[in-house]
Parts: sequence; C-alpha cells; structure tokens
Amino acid sequence: MSDLLQVTTVSKHFGGIKALTDVSFTVRKGEIFGVIGPNGAGKTTLFNALTGLYQPDTGAIDLAGVSLYRRKPHEILKAGFARTFQNIRLFHNMTAQENVMVGRHTRTTSGVLAALLHTQHNRREERDCAAFAQQLLDRVGIGQHTHTLAKNLSYGDQRRLEIARALASEPKLLALDEPAAGMNPNEKNALRDLMVSLREEGLTLMLIEHDVKLVMGICDRLVVLDYGEKIAEGTPDIVRHDPKVIAAYLGGEVAA
Amino acid sequence: MDIFAQQLVNGLVLGSVYALVALGYTLVYGILELINFAHGETTMMGSMIALAVIGALFGVAPDLPGILIVLAGLLVAIPACMLLGYSIERVAYRPLRHAPRLAPLITAIGMSIVLQNVAMLIWGKQYIAFPTTLLPQGRHDVFGASITDVQIAILVLTVTIMAGLVTLVNRTRLGRAMRATAQAPAVAQLMGVNVNRVISATFVIGAALAAIAGVMVSANYGQAHYYMGFLLGLKAFSAAVLGGIGNLAGAMLGGLLLGVIEALGAGYIGDLTGGFLGSNYQDIFAFLVLILVLTLKPSGLLGSRSVERA
Amino acid sequence: MNVLEILRGKAWLTAGLLLVGLILLPFLVEASLGKSWLRIIDFALLYIMLALGLNIVVGYAGLLDLGYVAFYAVGAYCWALLASPHFGLNLPFWVILPVGAAVAALFGVLLGTPTLRLRGDYLAIVTLGFGEIIRIFINNLNAPVNITNGPQGITSIEPISIGGFSLGKTQEVLGLTLSSPHLYYYLFLLCVALVVFVCMRLENSRIGRAWVAIREDEMAAAAAGINTRNIKLLAFAMGATFGGLSGGLFASFQGFVSPESFNLMESIMILSMIVLGGMGNIVGVIVGAILVTVIPEALRYTGDLQQAVFGKVFVDPADLRMLLFGMALVLMMLLRPSGLLPSKQRRQELAEDAA
Repeated sequence: MSDLLQVTTVSKHFGGIKALTDVSFTVRKGEIFGVIGPNGAGKTTLFNALTGLYQPDTGAIDLAGVSLYRRKPHEILKAGFARTFQNIRLFHNMTAQENVMVGRHTRTTSGVLAALLHTQHNRREERDCAAFAQQLLDRVGIGQHTHTLAKNLSYGDQRRLEIARALASEPKLLALDEPAAGMNPNEKNALRDLMVSLREEGLTLMLIEHDVKLVMGICDRLVVLDYGEKIAEGTPDIVRHDPKVIAAYLGGEVAA
Repeated sequence: MDIFAQQLVNGLVLGSVYALVALGYTLVYGILELINFAHGETTMMGSMIALAVIGALFGVAPDLPGILIVLAGLLVAIPACMLLGYSIERVAYRPLRHAPRLAPLITAIGMSIVLQNVAMLIWGKQYIAFPTTLLPQGRHDVFGASITDVQIAILVLTVTIMAGLVTLVNRTRLGRAMRATAQAPAVAQLMGVNVNRVISATFVIGAALAAIAGVMVSANYGQAHYYMGFLLGLKAFSAAVLGGIGNLAGAMLGGLLLGVIEALGAGYIGDLTGGFLGSNYQDIFAFLVLILVLTLKPSGLLGSRSVERA
Repeated sequence: MNVLEILRGKAWLTAGLLLVGLILLPFLVEASLGKSWLRIIDFALLYIMLALGLNIVVGYAGLLDLGYVAFYAVGAYCWALLASPHFGLNLPFWVILPVGAAVAALFGVLLGTPTLRLRGDYLAIVTLGFGEIIRIFINNLNAPVNITNGPQGITSIEPISIGGFSLGKTQEVLGLTLSSPHLYYYLFLLCVALVVFVCMRLENSRIGRAWVAIREDEMAAAAAGINTRNIKLLAFAMGATFGGLSGGLFASFQGFVSPESFNLMESIMILSMIVLGGMGNIVGVIVGAILVTVIPEALRYTGDLQQAVFGKVFVDPADLRMLLFGMALVLMMLLRPSGLLPSKQRRQELAEDAA
C-alpha cells in the first residue's frame, strides 16, 4: 500500500504549554488508522493542526504529495482531507440535507450570478447536489430525515449526519474524532459496519476513539500519543504489548 | 500653559466618566452577554434628576452651602437610577433571557428611545445649565496644566469608586455570586446562587455608577441635555470593548485610554495632519483606536483570548 | 368559503391580485390619507430595500452590522455628487446607479476586511465605528476641498429621468395625472421587486447556504470547505450594494442629502426592522420595514386622538410619537421574541416544540 498522509515532526504549543511535540507518522492508502492516548494526550489538537483549525508551529504535512502545512481549512478539505468533530458541530438550524449540501461546497461552483440567473449549470448542479446529499443520508442510515433540522436529530443521528457532511466533499482521507462517543452498542456496531464499508470503497480513515475494543478491532495500525508526544506506532498487536503504552494507560484498559 | 499636560488632564477627567459608564456595560455584559443599550440613557437620567433636585433645592434654600446642594442632587440621583436600572432589567431583559440573541438588543434600543423622550417631555429640548457657582472654583497649576477643584474631585471620586467596586467583586459574597454567575449561570444556580437577584444587583450597581458619572459629566461641562446619554453611552461602550468587554480592569483602562486619546487627538489633530483635519474630527479618534486595537487584538486589550475548542 | 381558501394553491391568481393591489395602492393612499402619505410609502419601499440588504449580512450570514447606514450614505452622496450643480455634473441615472452601487460594494469590502476575525458584539462595535467615521467625514469634508458641502449637505439634486421622462414633476400617463411621488413609487416598487427576487434566489443557493452555515458555526463551516473570508466579504458587498442602490434612489427622490440622514439611529432602525419582522425571512423583513416606517408617522395623529378623548391636546404629538414608538418596539419584542414572522427554520422548530 502507498502512503497517503505523511506527518513529519509537527509541533504546536499554546503559550508555555506544549500540546504536540515532533509528532511524525504515516497513514497508508486504504487503511483505518487509529489515534489513541489518555485524555489530554493531544489527539484532538493533532486533528486540528492537521486540518488547519490550528496553525502548527513547525513540521510538514503532506497528503498525496500536496503540502497541507499551514493551509486554510477549506483548502485542506479541497485537497481531500475531511473531518468530524468530537463535540458534534452541525449547522443546527439547517436541515439534514442542507448540512450535507454545505459539505459539498468545494465540489460545486455556482456563484452569485449563476444563482440569480438560474443558469442551466446552476440548476443541474443544485439538483445533483441535492440528490447526492440524499444518497449520503441514505448511506449513513438517516435517509428518512432529509428535511429535519439538524438540532432535532437524535444524538446518534447527528453523529451520522456529521459523517455524511464530511463525505459530501468526496475526501481521500476522513478523520473521525470520537465518532462512537455516547453511542449505544447497536449504534456502535452500525458505525463499525459503516467505517468498514467506506474503507472497502477505497476511503482511508483516521480515527480518534476511546473505546479500545472498537479501535483495536477495526484499526489496521495505530499511533499512540501521550503528553503530546508519539510513544508508539504500529499494528494493534504491537501497540498493545508496548511497555510505554501500557505504562501510559497504567497497565489498565489496553492490556485487557 | 503646556498643551500636552492640559489635554492629558482633560483626557483623564473625561476618561474617568467613560470608565464609570463603561463599568456598567461590562458588568452586565460579563453576566448576561447583553449590550445594555439603555445604559447611556441611565447616565443621562442621573444628570437630569440631580440637576432637577439641585435647581429645586437652590430655589428653596439658596443659603445652604453649594456643595451640600450638589451632594443632595447626587444622593437623590443614585437611588433613582438604581431603581431605573432594576426596572429596565425586569421589564425589557428578563422576559427575553432565553429569546434569540438580538431580541433583547432591540428592547434595549426601545428602552433607550423611551427614556430619551421621557426626559425630553419632562425637561424640554434645551440644554440645562449646571449651576457651577455652587461648586468650589479653585484652579491649580500642576506640571503646566490648569486643573480645577471639580476635576480633582472627579479623579479622586473615580479612583475611590473603582477601588470599592473591585473590593466588592473580589471580596464579598455578592461579588463571588456575580463571578460564579458570569462563569456558569446554571451551575451557580445549582450551588444555591439566586441568579435573578445577582443579575438585578448587577444592573443596580451599574446604574449607580452611571448616576455618579452623569453628575460628574454635567458638573465638569456645566450642562446637561436629554440626548447626552447617546454619544456618551456609545463612547463608554467602545471603551469597554477596547479594554476587553466583561473585564472590569479592561473597562477602567479602556475608559481612561479613550478619554486621553480623544483629548490629545483633539489637541493635536491639526498639527498631525498639517492643518488638513480640524478638531471637528475629534470623535473619529475614539473609533479609529477602537478599530485598530480590535483588528490587532480581536478580544480587546485585556480580554482573555478565548481559544475556541474544536 | 373565504377568500383565502379560494386563493390557496392558485399562486398566479394571488400574484396577480397582489400586483393589481400594489399598482392601485398609491391612488388609494393619496385619496384617503393625502399626499404626505404617498411620500411615506415611498420611504417604506426604500427602507424595505435597505432592510433586505442588511438582512443578507445579519439575517443570513449572522454578522451583526451596526454601521449599515454608511453604505446608504455612500450611495446617496455618489448620486448627489454626480447629478447636482455642486460639481456641475448631471450624468444619466443608468450611469450613476451602477457607479453608486459599485462604490458602496467596494466600501463594503473595505470596511468588511478588518472585521473578518471579529465575532459577535466586537464586530457590532467596529461596524458602528466605521458608520460614525464615514458620517463624521461627510460632515466635515467641506474643507480644505469642498467635496460634501459639510453639514449643509448637497441640494438641487437632479431627479431621475428616463429617456427624457422626468420622475421629478407631475406627468400625464395614459390620461392619468401622476405626481412625482406617485411616479417614484412605481420605480421603487420595481426596485424592491428586483431586490426581493435577488434575495429569494440567493437564499436557496450554494452561496446562501454558505452564509447560513457561517452564521450557525463558523469553524464548522470552514472545516466543511467554505472560504469563510470570501463568503463573509461577499455578504458585506451584497448588503452594501443594496444599501448604495437605496441611497442613490433616496438622493434623487429627496432632492437633497445631508449628513444627519445617516446617523447611527438610522442603522439601528434598519436593524430593528429585520429583528422585529423576523430575521432571515424575506416577508418578515418587509413587514418589519413597513411597520417601523409607518408607525412613527401614524403616531403623529395622537394629537387628534387627545383632542377627541380629552377635549384638548396635552402633549405635542411630534414629541410624543418617538416615546410611543420606543414602547411599541419593546412591547412587540416582548410579545414576539423571534419576530412577527420568524424564518422557516424557526417556524418548524416552534411547530415541533408544540407537537
């Protein structure tokens, strides 16, 4: 498998606090790549630095040969790197379909003039975009909620909608920040099936997750962060037996 | 006479007034995230009420010491404004606490219009003179600037009030409740804080400061007017934002800074632009500085930089 | 069967009736309320355009702009300078109108750029500052070079003239004698229709969705691929364009402009129109603009009411009307915190809360 994302010595500090220190790893095309670590290890900060919400201080980030270092979030999305948020960030007063259509912003082109004149291009684009959004809603399992306002969806459905919105940009790499948080076992299973089938379609996934069983079961490889530094990288088996990882988790969950 | 020193003094006096009014904005904003647009009008009401009392008392008992008459005006204006501040919150803001964010802004504007026009109906459209002869007329030379007794009184009073307010917020039970409510109203309520009472108290304290500022400004400039609260409120709010809204020290710093910048700007604008712009551009300074500061530091001088969590 | 039921589902019939009603309105108003009210409905139309323009910035994109009147001023002064004896220019309206709108749009971008990083109330105060700065400049740019004629303003502005047909004087049309405000009414109505059309098209477009997304959650919008800087500037520019357009029309209609027409209170009034009517909802904004324009005018009649009830006039109605208007503003907001006609999202939400 070829490399898709190359992260090289990325660092980020806030004031005197080092949130990330020289983090390097590689995500290969077509794999599910886990990012784990104790609370406050810098996992979400890493996602934010990768997707342009924070400016990293140093380092290099390349996606399929394109540098994403210090690019704007929308440029990073356009390059093919989409994400979801740990604390679900939907457009609450927009319908599910509209949320997904916004996610397709970079793959559509109609501007003010096209909208005013209702050009043929604009009409086709709108129609296609709406249909595509509906497909994605079906795909993540909330196809019946097309016109429901995002804020009126259940918690689990909101998580799915966020995934659909991210998928709307047809990314090469999708980063999910604790997608299973707050889900019941049934919802978790559905989520796992969704991730596996997305991978089968050729999508590469990155995953921050606290549910160790889920991560160990689904990820091909993992990187483990502790205090903003990488302490291990490899397959679940290797990581599980790494003494540094066991120490970081106080020999608790991971070994179990 | 040294122009720089003189304008500095004038600026500090003006800035003291701004700071006191700005504190009212910032206290309320800190707790409710609401721009109390009617606060400028509360200040105006403070001026007007005090002037009415002073005028009446002077008419009845002209032999009383002037300072006592002015003090009486102040002592009536303060509770009157406190009551006004309390009523404004109850009528215009409390019912809308969970409404869309802009709704209370519009009621605030409505209240502001109401107060202006009430004042106009009661006191008329003309400027009302402050009988400045009641106050000490002394002038002192300090570093080349001429400073009046009234100005000294304003500066001393402002410093005293600020110190008192800081003590209140940091050292008392009420202050602790206010800080808790500002941080997390729901949690404060669970911990037994009577949030409604705290909010009322905040408005009342802000209104008392506004009343004092209103009397100060009319004593310093010798007049009051039903429309004076508008621009004063605007400048004071700008001062609060400049310092970082919600932050007490920020409001004080912002107010003083704005006053000084305005006074120096008015004094030097002609020289700075080679005579191109005159002192009629004085009001521009407040806004230019504000825009400049916020462009460089989006949450104000002392505002905590809120790192948004992703 | 009532009228509403007959009209249900017959969009063309409804639109036709509305059109006929709007065409007849000035005749009815002039006959029943008099000429001064014809001017008032003309102003209501101008304010509808302004409110719809501001609605793009505040209602759609969620950017609280308290200096919107600056763009109105820019448009008005553009017109005043290009079609008055002040500079001895008299360019035709089809030149001035685009120039005014373009200059206003440019100001929109210029003033919008420094505010891009600001949020909420910080944005409000900075836009307010810009509004005041522009007004202060207009007020003082009569020296050393007389550009704006200072506080006196610019007078004798040419009325709009279309192919030799001047809207500034009474004209015979199809056997009817139409006064200048009457003629302007139709022009303004046409412009309002255009602005409404633009808003409706934009509302349901890729750009419109991007605006709302930014209003809802700017960071998520950026992560969803929206170039927030450009899309926000676009909102400022679009809003400013409408402001500039209304300003130009205002200048030619009024015949003179002076700085006092463009103070902060005016910005606040326009904002209250959209909040009162229902932010983000075109019909709501229109209703809000009409109410905020008409109520203060209607309140001039409280003198007659006092006469009728008390037998004498206690308070000069001119002094009383703003007081009553302020009260009305507070009351209407207390009764309808989401505005008179909330946007469709808000309606759906209210319906679901009730269900």
